[in-house]
Amino acid sequence: MNRYFIILVLTLLPLVSQADLEVFACEPEWAALAVEIGGDLVEADSATTALQDPHYIQARPSLIARVRNADLVVCSGAQLEIGWLPVLLQKANNRNVMPGSDGYFEASQFVERFEATGNVDRAKGDIHPQGNPHVQTNPHNVGIIAGALAQQMAELDAENADAYRAGLANFTSRWDAAIAKWESRAAPLEGARVITHHKSWVYLERWLGLQEVANLEPIPGLPPTAGHLSQLVKQFSNNGADVIVREPYQDDRASEWLMDRTGIPAVILPQTVGASEEATDLFALFDDIIDRLLGATQ
Amino acid sequence: MSIDLRRSIQWMLIIFGTIIFGSDNAHASEAEIDTLQRELNDLRTEYEARISGLEQRLAVAEQNARQANTRVAQVESAAAQPATRSAGTGAGDSTFNPAIGVIFQGQAWNFGDDPDEYTIQGFPLGGEAGPVPEGLSLGETEIDISANVDDKFTAWLTVPVVIEDGESAIEIEEAWLETLSLPAGLSARFGRFFSGIGYLNGKHAHTWDFVDQPLPYQAFLGDQYLDDGVQLRWIAPTDIFLEVGAEVLRGGRYPAAGAGHSGFGGRSLFVNAGGDVGTGHSWLAGLSFLDTESIDRPSGDEDDPFLFSGDSTTAIAQFVWKWAPNGNWKQRNFVFQSEFMWRNEDGSYTLPGSGPLAYDNDQRGWYAQAIYQPFPRWRFGTRIDGLSMDDPGLAFAGSDLADPGSDPRRYSLMVDWSNSEFSRLRLQYTRDEAGFSDDNQFGLQYILSIGAHGAHSF
Repeated sequence: MNRYFIILVLTLLPLVSQADLEVFACEPEWAALAVEIGGDLVEADSATTALQDPHYIQARPSLIARVRNADLVVCSGAQLEIGWLPVLLQKANNRNVMPGSDGYFEASQFVERFEATGNVDRAKGDIHPQGNPHVQTNPHNVGIIAGALAQQMAELDAENADAYRAGLANFTSRWDAAIAKWESRAAPLEGARVITHHKSWVYLERWLGLQEVANLEPIPGLPPTAGHLSQLVKQFSNNGADVIVREPYQDDRASEWLMDRTGIPAVILPQTVGASEEATDLFALFDDIIDRLLGATQ
Repeated sequence: MSIDLRRSIQWMLIIFGTIIFGSDNAHASEAEIDTLQRELNDLRTEYEARISGLEQRLAVAEQNARQANTRVAQVESAAAQPATRSAGTGAGDSTFNPAIGVIFQGQAWNFGDDPDEYTIQGFPLGGEAGPVPEGLSLGETEIDISANVDDKFTAWLTVPVVIEDGESAIEIEEAWLETLSLPAGLSARFGRFFSGIGYLNGKHAHTWDFVDQPLPYQAFLGDQYLDDGVQLRWIAPTDIFLEVGAEVLRGGRYPAAGAGHSGFGGRSLFVNAGGDVGTGHSWLAGLSFLDTESIDRPSGDEDDPFLFSGDSTTAIAQFVWKWAPNGNWKQRNFVFQSEFMWRNEDGSYTLPGSGPLAYDNDQRGWYAQAIYQPFPRWRFGTRIDGLSMDDPGLAFAGSDLADPGSDPRRYSLMVDWSNSEFSRLRLQYTRDEAGFSDDNQFGLQYILSIGAHGAHSF
């Protein structure tokens, strides 16, 4: 009996991974950020890809296995992942990453969230009472979150604390320079009127001074309806908006349909790393967002 | 088809159609109103655009100032002291403590035959199993309450309000506590809970894809095996998902009964494995065993039941495969699932008006189903379920326990529409070849939830 057990353990051992800090990120931007800070010390995988709507993810067995083996769980929070993350945490039996512990990090808790409301009437759609969770679309937020994340990584893996602080310093100086560059490039976008598919760009809009004039979803989380879209055609056929944007995981039919009838250009905006061919890392992500907005509005 | 039947089909289609298509409203019919509205809208848009342009600039200025401040503060605090921990606001529905949710279910159901006479030859039903109530009826109204007790335990309570013999009654369906901080991938659950065997056994009724459980769950587990006990679960530290669980249960409920072995009348063991294939496909497979002791377990007719005493052993093999293009579940997805069950019942049956008769019988049950969501909100599904058994012998000839001759089987089709993740309406048709005579059943079901709504497992 004992011999079989030892053989079983030896067979399974090579399947256990060996990085210093195993990071389970809910979305690709947080995996990318952890690697920016920790470099080779970090093994970071994202639970979702850029082509998946992070509101609607199945609590897959593979994800339970990954949470089981994680040292640090990094998610957007503010209930973005409420449909699946609680199940992963409950089933994975990993006490080191339970909410409240050192191994659990919610990015949105470190920045100011818009649209926080005490009113959670679901007749108004899929409302997040703690505010809009799509905080990664403003690079200032990403910079603040990087500071908090590096701090938590340093505490969790104290041996390499200096390396994480150095990683953060290096990232921050490059990031600040990039923000200055983006802000000057994006200056012509100020005041541009955008129609968004889902209400997931509010942080980008505030950053660049864009004006959100409508959403394709009639209320947050509900797919666009024919009635709502024909309303939008009426409202915007006389050039009432400059661009229609959507994430690559949204159905393209609604925004294409509206473009055909109003002449307002529709573009896919990458919401995270990997959401477009160009958005290969966090820096390229914002390069590409601004490129695409400039391209569409000129 | 009788006139009554045709009329009820028409009514259901009208109701279903009205709710769904009526909700996608707003094709204004009159041209005048259109024109007026457009002019008004133009005016409003222009006006709103100017105002919001001004507001926007103000907000941006404020935001930039605020961000600069926060940034400075953040950098200072990062250098000086530990950052605040996230309190876990997004990973649990604890806006209210405890989280409370209510699930409403109800249906309109139509049978060709009289459902009061419904029996499956060879398999007298026990526990909660049985046909859907005829006509308009309220299903189980379920109140779920959950919260973390402290840093070591979490608690869950499900209190359904059920209608039994025309009276509503409150039950304790589930009431369990689970550990949060055991080491080495272990967790323990204790209280009253759905056993971890099989795939559908642990699923609450509001997550079922059809209005009723497939035949093997009805015949072998009384719909779902729920009992008092303790469960230990371990997740292996491997890249592939591997879960091993074991339970000791009271043995108070179907397929157990009478709390045998001094109230330790049930044992179970289950092993599950799962993983992904590419980004679009994922799978879960498992094996489970349930061994229970029964003392005078009633089944069949409630007033004149059959009583079984002895050992009941059930083995279950399950397989689930899910697919969504790029793993983007919201738009389009497909689920295939199937389970096989083997059961041996070894003991004695007491039939109404007779002494105990020795009974040793092997039985099998299975189902396979596929659900496809071609676009958001709409899902289409089909299911086949069946049972078979060995001949229990001459002693049972002519009774409800005798071999049915032809295997019980059903064929079901369903279509459902979900306005949001909190509301679902379903039409289902079942061709039932499991009861005494072949029967066509169909109906309309609603499932709605308010309040906190826990995340669903795979």
